[in-house]
Amino acid sequence: MNGTGTAAGSAPGNGLAEAAGGRQHPASLFRRVLLQGKYEAITMLRNGEQLILAVVLPLLALVGLTVTPFLDGLGPSRVNVAVPGILALCAMSTAFTGQGIATGFDRRYGVLRFLSTTPLGRGGLIAGKVLSVLVVLCLQIVVVSAVAFALGWQPVAAGWLPGLVLLVLGAAAFTSLGLLVAGTVRPEATLAITNLLWILLGAMGGIVIPADRLPALAQSIVHFLPSGALGESLRDAFLHGALNGGAALILVLWTAIAGAAAIRWFKWN
Amino acid sequence: MRSPQSPVLSINGLVKDVGPLASLDGKMLRVVSDVSLIAGRGEVTALLGPNGAGKTTTLECAQGLQRRSGGTISLLGEDPASAGADLRSRVGVMLQDGGLPPSAKPVPLLRHIAGLYANPWPVEDLVERLGIDSFSRTGVRRLSGGQKQRLTLAAALVGRPEVLFLDEPSAGLDPQSRALVFDLISELRSSGMGIILTTHLMDDAQRLADYVYIIDGGRNVAEGTVQQLLQREPAVDSGAEHVRTLVFEAQPGLDLSAVLPAAIAVAETRAGSYSVTGALTPGHLAALAAWWEAKGIMPAAMSLQARSLEDVFLDISGKDIR
Repeated sequence: MNGTGTAAGSAPGNGLAEAAGGRQHPASLFRRVLLQGKYEAITMLRNGEQLILAVVLPLLALVGLTVTPFLDGLGPSRVNVAVPGILALCAMSTAFTGQGIATGFDRRYGVLRFLSTTPLGRGGLIAGKVLSVLVVLCLQIVVVSAVAFALGWQPVAAGWLPGLVLLVLGAAAFTSLGLLVAGTVRPEATLAITNLLWILLGAMGGIVIPADRLPALAQSIVHFLPSGALGESLRDAFLHGALNGGAALILVLWTAIAGAAAIRWFKWN
Repeated sequence: MRSPQSPVLSINGLVKDVGPLASLDGKMLRVVSDVSLIAGRGEVTALLGPNGAGKTTTLECAQGLQRRSGGTISLLGEDPASAGADLRSRVGVMLQDGGLPPSAKPVPLLRHIAGLYANPWPVEDLVERLGIDSFSRTGVRRLSGGQKQRLTLAAALVGRPEVLFLDEPSAGLDPQSRALVFDLISELRSSGMGIILTTHLMDDAQRLADYVYIIDGGRNVAEGTVQQLLQREPAVDSGAEHVRTLVFEAQPGLDLSAVLPAAIAVAETRAGSYSVTGALTPGHLAALAAWWEAKGIMPAAMSLQARSLEDVFLDISGKDIR
């Protein structure tokens, strides 16, 4: 029943009249996740700080390692040793630090709660985040590879397949860890923890600097860290065309443990 | 409890415990102990209560955002705790804290949310209807309270929901936005939407609600239509029958302190809306009218109430500040 005045504002086809009739349905799960992934990827790429972390710092590190003698003697050329580590660093930047900080602040602003009341739901939200991490990681791989080729990078061709698989496994492990941090502490703390760990693991975690060049104490641990496992296995792939199964297993274990912990302790508000 | 012809939400004996809390030596805190309500299609059902009464918790259990500790909830015939995307597509939620990313731009954000539904409300129409076109490209963090609130409402409506939850919909609204939002809510009700809102503002409930549940301390304390609640006998006779409230609307920022004796309480309850409460006499009204004349003020609206929903509420839940 339309009361007087209620029809005045509703021009034909403005959707209000239809609000009463016709049951709403969600868009397909595939479309929901795709949309969320696209939205989050664009948000990430538009954020200046995220871009610095995702692209600028890894490229600076790549150039730095190519012009300094840190990596001399570890492979055929500095750039060949450096690039796999830089790709691993990219995965950590996007999946752990960038995604963790974004999720932490989304949680603070109630974005996670609001979106989980829409057809997207909690599962779709997480799937969208994973998708956006993979999209940004792909772009990083393209940019880093292009610069690396310009610097004379000569990867072993057989390394690409295991390399890309390992990058996905690494992204999964770091995404789980990022969600665990973002879902359990305040966003300011997430910001501090993920940035600090990015620096510590980047420098000392076996990512860009191979374990052999680290102090003896660090050497024994870094193999078991997601950073060390990803850095080492990517070097094995792109320098020797080998799949480091042990390191892959370590990445899977980190994903499982951090993922289970995130499911158990993640607070949505 | 009443039984509307076509219920969209029914909550029975809701219990919600939170914790364990360190401040309670690791014990659980019961924030909702026994809340029951029914909301119908084509009606506005209001949950009214002071801050901390359990209104938001009740709503969040109904929305599936929080897991209940006891009781039953049926939302469009389903249990929201285990419901999937199908149910969520039929329910719109406006959260108290907004839930919009600060870096987002209004129209792209609404388009994104619209894409999650098979048959959304056309974004252009919604944007025009809620006056969002004037700030369609301004980042959420730079919006005023009223703009943000309208965008949050648009985000809740873009899926053309059958059930709409509004948590404190008038918080932060300027008078213009408030009128716009209230008109839209009335219109959506006429179109058959079932609307459930929380508020601690009696005025909101009085203007919007078909049925009111007053909640305090995590349980129902009273319910009825606004008219039924207004007709309740005062709990204590403290001369309250002589107390009247004059509400008028004029330009904001008027200083009425010197116009009326100190025993008459004067307050600007929101910008441009004044409430004058006490044992008002014709003399007080004459003094006020004379002051208006001297200042050249003509109120845009004015009403004299013997008893407001606020009085009823204070009768029921006491005047102690908690």
